[in-house]
Order: sequence, then structure tokens, then C-alpha cells
Amino acid sequence: MASPTDNRGAATEKHGGLKAWLRDHLRVAVTSLGRLYRHAGTSFMTACVIGIALSLPAALQVLVGNARTVSGSWEGAARISVYLKANVSDADAKALADTVRKMDGVADVQYISADQALAEFKKLSGFSDAVSVLDKNPLPGVLVVRPTDADPDTAAALQHQLAGNPQVDQVRLDLQWLKRLTAILDIVRRVVDILASLLGLAVIFVVGNTIRLEIGGRRTEIEVSKLLGATDSFIRRPFLYHGAWYGLGGGIIACILVAVAVTLVAAPVGRLADLYGSAYVLQGLGFLGVVGLIAGGALLGWAGSWLAVARHLRAIEPT
Amino acid sequence: MISFQGVGKRYEGGNEALSDVSFQVERGEMAFLAGPSGAGKSTLLKLVALIERPSRGQVIVNGQNLAGISRRQLPFYRRQIGVVFQDHKLLNDRSVFDNVALPLVIAGADSADTAKRVRASLDLVGLLHKEKALPVTLSTGEQQRVGIARAVVYRPSILIADEPTGNLDPDLSLEVMQLFKRLNQVGTTVLIASHDRGLVEQFAPRVFNLKAGHMAEAGEAHGISD
Repeated sequence: MASPTDNRGAATEKHGGLKAWLRDHLRVAVTSLGRLYRHAGTSFMTACVIGIALSLPAALQVLVGNARTVSGSWEGAARISVYLKANVSDADAKALADTVRKMDGVADVQYISADQALAEFKKLSGFSDAVSVLDKNPLPGVLVVRPTDADPDTAAALQHQLAGNPQVDQVRLDLQWLKRLTAILDIVRRVVDILASLLGLAVIFVVGNTIRLEIGGRRTEIEVSKLLGATDSFIRRPFLYHGAWYGLGGGIIACILVAVAVTLVAAPVGRLADLYGSAYVLQGLGFLGVVGLIAGGALLGWAGSWLAVARHLRAIEPT
Repeated sequence: MISFQGVGKRYEGGNEALSDVSFQVERGEMAFLAGPSGAGKSTLLKLVALIERPSRGQVIVNGQNLAGISRRQLPFYRRQIGVVFQDHKLLNDRSVFDNVALPLVIAGADSADTAKRVRASLDLVGLLHKEKALPVTLSTGEQQRVGIARAVVYRPSILIADEPTGNLDPDLSLEVMQLFKRLNQVGTTVLIASHDRGLVEQFAPRVFNLKAGHMAEAGEAHGISD
């Protein structure tokens, strides 16, 4: 039998180093997971609270992301309608179309004569009988200009330039509403950011409170560990992992909730897209979103337990 | 090894637990701290373990003036000292093995080394066969022995014990004392607080007698008067 005291001065031997540090982290990670598993019911409920709190901003983020994708595809379809004055002849209009075609920032120009416009209107509007009654074509000739750049500002500059031409009656840029949509989306995104911050804070406090209770329940263990020479970081570690696991679990639950929500909404969105003649498919969180949500959850959980640990661990000293 | 120089301890509220206590325990010695309950024995041991700090005077342990040990250094200081408590302070949610292993886990020993040392320590106190048991399933005497195994597993140079036989019947007390004696024989400095005069007289090469916070007398066990 080895005598426990045959190695004098053993107390000062070095057990430190990176390997020991990693070993302890692994040990704590596993044991704290085991502890959560032993109280699976309570742990799951706490993780659910975190998951629901995280899923709300995540789902809104997905919504905004989809809206941006859709509006982005519309921006590509920007058109400038140049209405010509009634006295501009067909030949003059065609000459003007050629001039415009050579302008900077113009990808393509299509000339629709007054007659073509009327024929199209008759065909599409269903007012063909009413139109036949008119003795004069009320529609002007139109140049449909497609800008090379979908950016609203460059398109607006082009619009301004075209409006200066004496043969042009009016220029309509069907981009105003798109600009407004983008502006609204910016507001929504800001609101989502604020909401995400608030709910993130809520997660921190939920975890902080849970860890506070956990610290209270393990008071003896903390005291005894301190008596046996445990450093603050040694005592802190299991609680930090505890919180991080909660956050990680919450992140996973949030991912599942968002995925379920996306699946539920996908079918009606598909029908709506069909009505617009689009094959748009609703986008989910994506790989990066999932990783971000889970990692973010773990980080928030860790932060929450830091909060509790910083406030309560120092107060527990052996007596 | 343990040296007190004019040490006083006044708790908040004015209760003077120790006043002007001076004494010295030599390296490799086994000494007793005798005296009735409330004499300040526990306070004195708490000063050694740095659970409390003195209001006056100096405590020097293993060549270190404890006043110079900061909060950050405290854990490393405590690892040099094995402490046995009257109430064992075992963790009831883990096995005997895990309880004894705790000082090694705290110090970051690797698991093979830990297992070896824990078993050696449990063997010493005769509880190797109970390593998987939970502390609550053990008798008081066995729990105390687990506490001792934990206190010596990290091979401390100093072992202090506060009323280690306080809850034990005479036979078990004797057994525990013999255990301390054996640890002392292999070189550990041992300081035991006890009010059990009979026991102290049987084992003590040296006795420090505390009365109402004063070191009444230091001397051989036979010299103790009531």
C-alpha cells in the first residue's frame, strides 16, 4: 500500500497545464450534461422557455429575409415608362427610342406605338366595345426603358434625364412603391433587432435565475470545494456549462419551432406565389441560420450563468 | 510548522474568540488543542485553514505568513492542508470514491493517478470495499473515516481536525485516533482539536490548552488540570 504521505510536498506539485485544463472542461461538460439529464423534465421546460423566446426573433428574421429576397427580385424587373406627347410621330418616336437606347444606364428600349397600346388595351381590359366607341385613340406612344442598374437611385436619375426631353410628356418610374417597401422592410428589420435584443436579454435572465437556484441547491458542494482548494474558475465552470447547455438546448428547440412554422406557412405561400405566376419557395433558416441560432443560444445561456455566478458565488464562503 | 504569535480574533459584534494566543507546532509533530466547548478551538483551526483571518497577530504556516496570502492564492494554500471536520462535510449526492477524489479533481490530477491515490487513501482508512457506496449509507464512524481519507488524499503536509471523534463512541474514537497517529508517523504534522480529555491523554505527545480564548498552558498531557 502506498502511504498517503510518502510523497512530501506533493501539495505543490504541478497538475496544471493545458492538458489538465482541457480534461477538466471535458469532465465538467459531461457531468453537467448528466446533471441536466437527471432532471430531464425541469431541464426540458427551461430549455423550452429559452427556445420559444429565441424562436420569435428567429422566425421574424426568416420572414424579413424572405421579403427581402422577393423585393430584390422585383428590383431586377424595374421599368421606366416614358409617355410621349400626342403630337410625336411614329418616326420621331422611333428615332427617340434609338437615342435613348444609346444613353448611359439603359439596357433596352421597347417602343409601343399608340395603336399597339390601344390594341393591347382592348385585348387585356375587356373594354373593347367601349373603346370602339371612341373616335380618337386616347393613348400616347410609350417607350419602355429597362435600366441596366436595378438600384432605385440610378433609375431615378435616368428618369429625371428622360423627363427633360421636349418630346416626352411624362415619365413614370414604377419604383416608388418598391422604395417604400424597402423602407418598410428596414423599419421591420430594426423592430426585429430590438425584439431580438429584448428576448435575448430575457433568455439571459431566465438562465441567470435558473443558475441562481442551482447555486443555492449546491451550496454545500461549493463550500466544500472551496475548503479543498478549488479556485473560483473551478467552481464557476460547472455553472457556466450548465447555462450554456440550457442555451444550446433552447437554440435547438428554437430551430425546430422555426422549421415547423416555415413548413406550415410554405403551402399557403406556394399558392400565393402561384397566383403571381412565380415559383417562389419559402426559405427557412438555412445552415448558417441554424448554426447561428444554436451558437447564439449557447452564448446567451453562458452569459446568463455568468451573471448569476458573478453575483452569487463570491458570497458563498465556508464558515 | 504552525506558529501563532500574539493572535487575537474578535468576531463582528464584539465576541472575542481568541486573545493573545501564541504557540508553535513543530514539523512532524502531533499536537492536541484541548479545552471546553467555546474555548476557541474551532476558531483557532479556522485561522490555520484561512477560513477566518485574525484580528491581531500573525499566523505562520509552513513558512508562509498567512496575512500575505491573497484571495487569489488562497485555494493553492488550502491544498497544502488537509482538514477533517466534525460533521464530515461529505457530499451526499456522490459516491465515497468521488468524495475522496474531490481534492485531486480540484487540483487537476489525471484520472489514472486519481484512482490510484483514492484507493490508497481508502485502503488506509479501511474502506476500500465501500468506494461505490453513498456516504449516507455509511455509519457515522465510516463517514468520519471517509472524511479523513479525503483530507489526506492530496498528501498534505499538515492535517488539522476539529473534534474528529465528537460523534463517535469510544471504540471508534480510538480507531480514528490511531489512524491520525499512523499518518503522523509517516511525517504529517497533525493538529487535533478535542474536548475528549481521556482520549487526548492517551495519544498526545503535546497538548495546547485553550480556555476562554486564552492559551492557558502548553505542556505534556499528564499536566492538564481541570
